[in-house]
Amino acid sequence: MASGATSDTAGPRAGPTRPAGRGGWSLRAAGLLGSVLLTFFGLLAITFVIGRVVPIDPVLAIVGDRALPAVYARVRQELALDEPLYVQFWIYLSKVLQGDFGTSVITSRPVLEDILRFFPATIELATLATIIGVAVGVPMGVIGATQHGRWPDHLIRVVGLIGYSVPIFWLGLVGLLLFYAKLDWVGGPGRLDVYYEDIVEPVTRLLLIDAALAGEWDVFANAFSHILLPASILGYFSLAYISRMTRSFMLEQLRQEYVTTARAKGLSEARVVWRHALGNVMVPLVTVIALSYASLLEGAVLTETVFAWPGLGRYITDSLFNVDMNAVLGGTIMVGSVFIGLNLLSDMLYRILDPRAR
Amino acid sequence: MRRLSFWIGAAAFALAAATPFWLSSGPARAETPKDTLVIAKQIDDIITLDPAEVFEFTGGEVIANVYDRVFTFEAEDTATLVPGVAESYTVSDDGKTLTIKIRPGQKFHSGNPVTAEDVAFSLQRVIILDKTPAFIFSQLGWTKDNVKDLVKATDESTVTLTITEDFGPSFVLNTLSAGVGSVVDKKTVLEHEKDGDLGYEWMKANSAGSGPFVLKSWKANESVTLEANPDYRHGAPKVKRVVLRHVPEASAQRLQLEKGDIDIARNLTADQIQGISGNPDIKVEPFPKADLYYLGLNQKNEALSKPQVRQAIRLLVDYQGMADTFLKGRFQVHQSFWPAGFYASLTDTPYKLDIDKAKALLAEAGYPDGFSVKLDSSNVTPYTDIAQSVQETFGKAGIKVEIVPGEQKQVITKYRARNHEIVLLYWSPDYMDPHSNADSFARNPDNSDEAKSKPLAWRNAWDIPEITKETDAAARERDPDKRKGMYLDLQKKLQEDGPFVIMFQSTELVARRGNVSGFVSGPTYDTVYYRLVEKS
Amino acid sequence: MTALEAPGAGWRAWLLTASPRSRLQARLGALYLGWLAFLANPLALAGMAIVLALLATALLAPLLAPGSPYAQDLTQRLLPPSAEHWFGTDELGRDIYTRVIHGGRVTLTIVLLVAIIVAPLGLAIGTAAGYFGGLADTVLMRITDIFLAFPRLILALAFVAALGPGIENAVIAIALTAWPPYARVARAETLTLRESDFISAVRLQGASALRILLRHVMPLCLSSVIIRVALDMAGIILTAAGLGFLGLGAQPPIPEWGAMVSSGREFLLDQWWVATIPGIAIFVVSLGFNLLGDGLRDVLDPKRR
Repeated sequence: MASGATSDTAGPRAGPTRPAGRGGWSLRAAGLLGSVLLTFFGLLAITFVIGRVVPIDPVLAIVGDRALPAVYARVRQELALDEPLYVQFWIYLSKVLQGDFGTSVITSRPVLEDILRFFPATIELATLATIIGVAVGVPMGVIGATQHGRWPDHLIRVVGLIGYSVPIFWLGLVGLLLFYAKLDWVGGPGRLDVYYEDIVEPVTRLLLIDAALAGEWDVFANAFSHILLPASILGYFSLAYISRMTRSFMLEQLRQEYVTTARAKGLSEARVVWRHALGNVMVPLVTVIALSYASLLEGAVLTETVFAWPGLGRYITDSLFNVDMNAVLGGTIMVGSVFIGLNLLSDMLYRILDPRAR
Repeated sequence: MRRLSFWIGAAAFALAAATPFWLSSGPARAETPKDTLVIAKQIDDIITLDPAEVFEFTGGEVIANVYDRVFTFEAEDTATLVPGVAESYTVSDDGKTLTIKIRPGQKFHSGNPVTAEDVAFSLQRVIILDKTPAFIFSQLGWTKDNVKDLVKATDESTVTLTITEDFGPSFVLNTLSAGVGSVVDKKTVLEHEKDGDLGYEWMKANSAGSGPFVLKSWKANESVTLEANPDYRHGAPKVKRVVLRHVPEASAQRLQLEKGDIDIARNLTADQIQGISGNPDIKVEPFPKADLYYLGLNQKNEALSKPQVRQAIRLLVDYQGMADTFLKGRFQVHQSFWPAGFYASLTDTPYKLDIDKAKALLAEAGYPDGFSVKLDSSNVTPYTDIAQSVQETFGKAGIKVEIVPGEQKQVITKYRARNHEIVLLYWSPDYMDPHSNADSFARNPDNSDEAKSKPLAWRNAWDIPEITKETDAAARERDPDKRKGMYLDLQKKLQEDGPFVIMFQSTELVARRGNVSGFVSGPTYDTVYYRLVEKS
Repeated sequence: MTALEAPGAGWRAWLLTASPRSRLQARLGALYLGWLAFLANPLALAGMAIVLALLATALLAPLLAPGSPYAQDLTQRLLPPSAEHWFGTDELGRDIYTRVIHGGRVTLTIVLLVAIIVAPLGLAIGTAAGYFGGLADTVLMRITDIFLAFPRLILALAFVAALGPGIENAVIAIALTAWPPYARVARAETLTLRESDFISAVRLQGASALRILLRHVMPLCLSSVIIRVALDMAGIILTAAGLGFLGLGAQPPIPEWGAMVSSGREFLLDQWWVATIPGIAIFVVSLGFNLLGDGLRDVLDPKRR
């Protein structure tokens, strides 16, 4: 999960958004669409293959160990498992294109419905974590750059490196032990205490927002006490990445001539740094934030396991353990799509905001 | 761009502003409401709540509280089979036809009366839908074609059941107490029928029963909420609402219990039970279960097929050592295939760790230096711990064990294909008749690789024509004392020479807040009752 | 000054001279300067010390912890840290100190195996794509993009689920998800090399494409790939530990740190050391690799300083 963030490339990770050529907008858009579609196809193909080579009998997963041979045979036929692989893939593909991810074995509901139910919890967590990461990480990066080579810079670097190095699942466990079990500052695992459940009508399914909309401040406070620790821990991870990238962008800016000029003109140092230099690194920074958001969606897998957070990451791992391949494929496609989407978005933002890229 | 830095600032401000807010609200925690029972449990095994399909632990527990069964074990006495929806029964002279009278005055949650027609429909539905647990009835000889003739409502309050196979009536009554014996509300179910599915789609997540609770909601991997049925035939349950909450981590369950966020924790380990033993607010209650944990030795393996080797292996398990330490309180040493505490169980435990004797036996079998063998085991506690202990003690006699851990389903897949060498698994009876276990441990009508049914004896390639006959005879026997003798004899035979090293019988340790009482967990997973629970 | 420091100063002066007489001297001089810069960076030094300590621990594990990491003693379960058991004992009465020390070997093995698979794979794909261009480039890079579009941990999870849990499969899964950036780096590097004079010269001599790739292009891409590996180490360690924690990586009784944290978490409240100590080990080692990688980057890429 440290994957995306440890790589130091500020540019977009996924390639489908690389310019297809120097042709006009329409040509480029077509190329873009083509490569996005191709990437999707690859996504589906890989997940499908994985689903078929799992060393667990998918029929067994549905009917259980003690089913009669006849029941077993019928389900096997229903799953079209006796068809050749390409036929199975075709069946799967045509269904997915119609928005049908099949039915989940463990929840016995359409996978799409499940995803829509679980994804908001992950989004809520990742969003709050990103807010924390940005709110703390950007100032840290700026200070690091302005104090380059001095002790605040070293301190900030070490804090960042620790964020990269700490196993997030372990930090979660220790955090729970300390802040929930011993100090009682935050709520325990899960999104809410049980008696706050089912009070708020799910509108956005983001609990904090739903509770605020409904004016149920008790529920809001409870939800906040539950999300705070996992979001802070994920946020630390994102902070490490954001502060590092901010520092490196800022260092580059502060070496530019206009900074020297501005200083010479007598502008205050704060104004030079926070207004002009920071303003100029906003473009690459937005890309970085989008990428860090994407890697948080993934980092949430481990955090959600530790905090019993009913999000998409846990849905995927739970389904994996139960050989619920429809759910695994659906969930992976969902996260994969968001990945592709975020990459596309950051790329587009880059083009729109950065005059040089236009 | 400037706007962005504004937003960043605003976010930081919002965060700072929110901080004192949670600090003040976080620690203030109330107890759970008096009329609500909150149980923390791993409930992700639920895949359906249709009694014709439920075959999972938690699902079985939920339907036991939502549906009444034809025959049943009551919460007050989980060891005695009594009529449930039925009031009484008579057996025909040939022992093949049961005439059941329905208890008058019962009502479904919908308000509809419970009639003989509902009972017949419920049983027929199991056979027609033909889901996993249908075998419990189909072994009686019922099929899609004949079930409407063999299971019939003859009037408002009488049902006749005819079986075509050779089983004693007590066996039939036991099958009627399984989850598939739940009585569903025919009218309500058929109102939700889609394309002739007998309400199958709808019943997965809804209920149409007459039991003490009504299913309010099931959120997969999150919670199950039940509401009390005030019209229940034994009177309304004492709590209004029961919430089963999915808390996968045992340590999280313990934390929440200690903090009073939940009332009952169901999946604590022996060590966690030890950890809370000093807490005056928490009580721990043991409930003996019928689950057995055993090693299966594949007879296709040359070494394992030698009787002396099997005997040696029985002497290389540190039964008591494990039961006294990491399994303390959760497992009792048990070495026969029918669990202790029930009709016809053999409670002798003749084997204990004896490395010297085992070495001698191995030498006698031609393996003075031992051999290497693979052990398939599920990769969660307590399996991992048991497997590692077995690996250690086997090693002392020269048997080098390689543990092959996997997901439970992966282990079973391999087991069903007879590709294992030794497997570590559990077994729990489907209904409380010794035949339920004998049928699998001591019956193997066809040992060929193409065999259709795959009982445990088959999975270990144990070819036993004689013992299979004895098992069939025991199932047919109508004299209870004679029958008991036959099962004791079978258990003894397997204990001495079978390919199974049965090690433990489990106990459920239920940890509850001190103000909660009346929780009952019977010997099987589907004899767990909430209706007597009270909170003071 | 020089006279005072003689005779040792001779090679120093030779290295630091402003007017090197040979290419070799210039290159070694640059390396030496980098080394000096590296030495001046306390964080990087600390990182290197940690990594060296890990290597030493892994090599000397049987000496540092003479007992077997698998030896159980059910009567000595869950003992707190003491003189006899420095880090306490676990749920089967095994000495945690011994297990943590031997766990260093496991971690090192995983990291090395991943590197051994990933670097050549990425190198082969990247250089081939860059060198041949055209259709080959499009196809190979499209495949790379598809893999990059996946969330890495989730893809690794899916692979492990398909292959079955275990160290070997965890290594394969991590490698399968880790190679695309290497291919990217190698391709970029190859693109700049492809048109260079000396490659053209070799080509004119009639060398086959395979030979050019193997003998001339790949060796030149190697250094950037190696830097990339150094930077990736911590990520690989954390992913492996994460898989172990989820029960999909190394399996018991192997003393893998992630799996140890996982089995220790049920004792977190009463026996904190069982889960905490292996967690600290993961943290320290991956911090070491990160510090080292950070320092290396500073040295090798002056722009970022």
